Amino acid sequence: MSRFEKLLPPPMRRPPKPGHAPPPSNGHKATNGNVTGNGATALEEQEREKDGNGNGLRTDDAGARVVDRAKDVPADLVGWVDERMGGSSFLTAMLLRKVPKGTNWFYTLGSATMFAFVVQAITGVFLAMYYTPSPVEAYASITYLTNDVFMGEFVRGMHKWGASVMVILAFVHMARTFFFGAYKYPRELNWVIGVVLLILTMVMGFTGYLLPFDQRSYWATIVGVNINGTGPIVGPYLSDFLRAGPEFGATTLARFYAIHMLLVPGALIALIGAHLYLVVKLGTTAPPWLRADRKPKDARAEQVDAIVSPSERNGSGNGSNGHH
Amino acid sequence: MNRKEKEEYLREYEVMKKKGKPFFPYAIMKDSVMALIVVVVIIAMALWLGAEQGPKADPTTTTYVPRPEWYFYFLFEVLRVIKPPELVPIATVGVPTICMVLLLLLPFYDRNAERNPLRRPIATTAGILTIVSMAFLTFLGAQAGSATDIEVEVAPEYEAGKLVAGQSGCLACHLFEHNGNDGPGPELTDIGARLNPAAISRSLLIGPGIMPSYAGLEQSDPDKFRDMVLFLGSLNGQEVESEEAGVGLAGGSSVEGGGTESTAGAVEGAAPTDPAATAEGGATAAAGAEEDPAAEPTEGAATPEAGAGAGQGGNAASGPGSSAPAGG
Repeated sequence: MSRFEKLLPPPMRRPPKPGHAPPPSNGHKATNGNVTGNGATALEEQEREKDGNGNGLRTDDAGARVVDRAKDVPADLVGWVDERMGGSSFLTAMLLRKVPKGTNWFYTLGSATMFAFVVQAITGVFLAMYYTPSPVEAYASITYLTNDVFMGEFVRGMHKWGASVMVILAFVHMARTFFFGAYKYPRELNWVIGVVLLILTMVMGFTGYLLPFDQRSYWATIVGVNINGTGPIVGPYLSDFLRAGPEFGATTLARFYAIHMLLVPGALIALIGAHLYLVVKLGTTAPPWLRADRKPKDARAEQVDAIVSPSERNGSGNGSNGHH
Repeated sequence: MNRKEKEEYLREYEVMKKKGKPFFPYAIMKDSVMALIVVVVIIAMALWLGAEQGPKADPTTTTYVPRPEWYFYFLFEVLRVIKPPELVPIATVGVPTICMVLLLLLPFYDRNAERNPLRRPIATTAGILTIVSMAFLTFLGAQAGSATDIEVEVAPEYEAGKLVAGQSGCLACHLFEHNGNDGPGPELTDIGARLNPAAISRSLLIGPGIMPSYAGLEQSDPDKFRDMVLFLGSLNGQEVESEEAGVGLAGGSSVEGGGTESTAGAVEGAAPTDPAATAEGGATAAAGAEEDPAAEPTEGAATPEAGAGAGQGGNAASGPGSSAPAGG
């Protein structure tokens, strides 16, 4: 068990490998093996056993006993859930998976973009509590939200500027991926998903811009929809779809609201999930200027060779052969 | 990448990964710090920059500024750079679509196995150029003013129309001499010489291409709409010389009623009923523009009748201008 594994709650720790950890008694091993995935490690069981045996030894004080029990509650809770749901092994594998050597601050841009999306989602939910997507009431509802609701303007400001931050982060994340060549084999599919995510983010920006329903947003949206309309073949249909008709009408705002609130966020969440799945499955790239230099390993192998007796080396016939 | 390169990469990656550190707590620590920075930045922006609320959306308005969110400025700027009307769809849809497809398919046409940016000169140069050009376009788009003052000298009777045009946001997409933005819309400095008032009015009502329609303004405030059409019709790209303008004003003001009536008729697309009034109207429309001696008064009288579709009315109507002061 690595020292980091100890930081995790006991049920999430990996069961010790057969060869490494000192094996507990056979009985324990059997129970542990039967309930695979409940993650209760041998170490923890040993501790429990100690508790059971040493209760009298420790204290008769009821208060201390309660404290003792309370210490076990988080671990027990995780164990309880895990026994029914599983998944701790997956979590453990995800958390303790190795990221390549040289992973630096550039590699935080993707998670930062996702965090900006989370901020947008949370603030967006609160804005939706006060917003009315009707051309008559939309503006007044925003006025009320901005001026009268507790922290209303602050939350609206976070949503507004969070959008800009998210777009910037997405672009920088993409630039990083480009310059590091991280879109190449075997991560091509994740690049495609990422581009779709960027486009959806821009769609969020476009549809959300109308919702405050002030002059600026209204006329910018009219021009934007007209721009869509100049497209070949699908252009006019797309414009009609966005406007809910040939003219900007009463239901246009509700349509933008639905696209902004339901359609695109749903797609975003699903694709972020796919994006993350592929990141975990394929692993993040190493910085392209770092090479897996095999020299140090070979040097070490030679040292080992020097220690090991020549006869044994000749007998084994493997190891660092080919370098002599 | 061929099979050998793929295997080579996977092998190398495996080594790099073995040498790496666990995601928890190293990478997650960096991610958390970054997330904290992100949320602090967003909160700071929300507190300092706030979320101001503009005036309520009003389809019948005369004051609006169609400005997209800043991250669409580069698209906006592409629109402004590509001006010929037949090329506008290329700018609006063609360029962004091509860029998106190129971006999507990047891993499929860049088959180079090399990943180090210093050893991929073409890809790195292309990437830097893309970033620089997008930043430059965004900068230009941000610079593009959206002023509401049109500093063009016109005869006094068109001042009202000039004000309306300025407030209606024409400058966001059109150029009036050195005012406003050169695109996406065509330059309007000499629009009066190219279109007659009826055609101008039709354009405003329909809103061709990406231009918004001004039918709302026409319904809510026909006077303002008519003023704007008159102003636009008066623009012929020629300098207004002050003394001649004064003379023109004298001639124009004497027949002002007729002129307004005539243009109103043209706006409605109907042939004027009184040819004499039309001739006077033509004189009014040309009050500020004296430099077209070739046209004859009779032509000026005749053209507005046919002007509904001809597109020559503006030109011809300026004809009698030279004779108007003498005649009046």
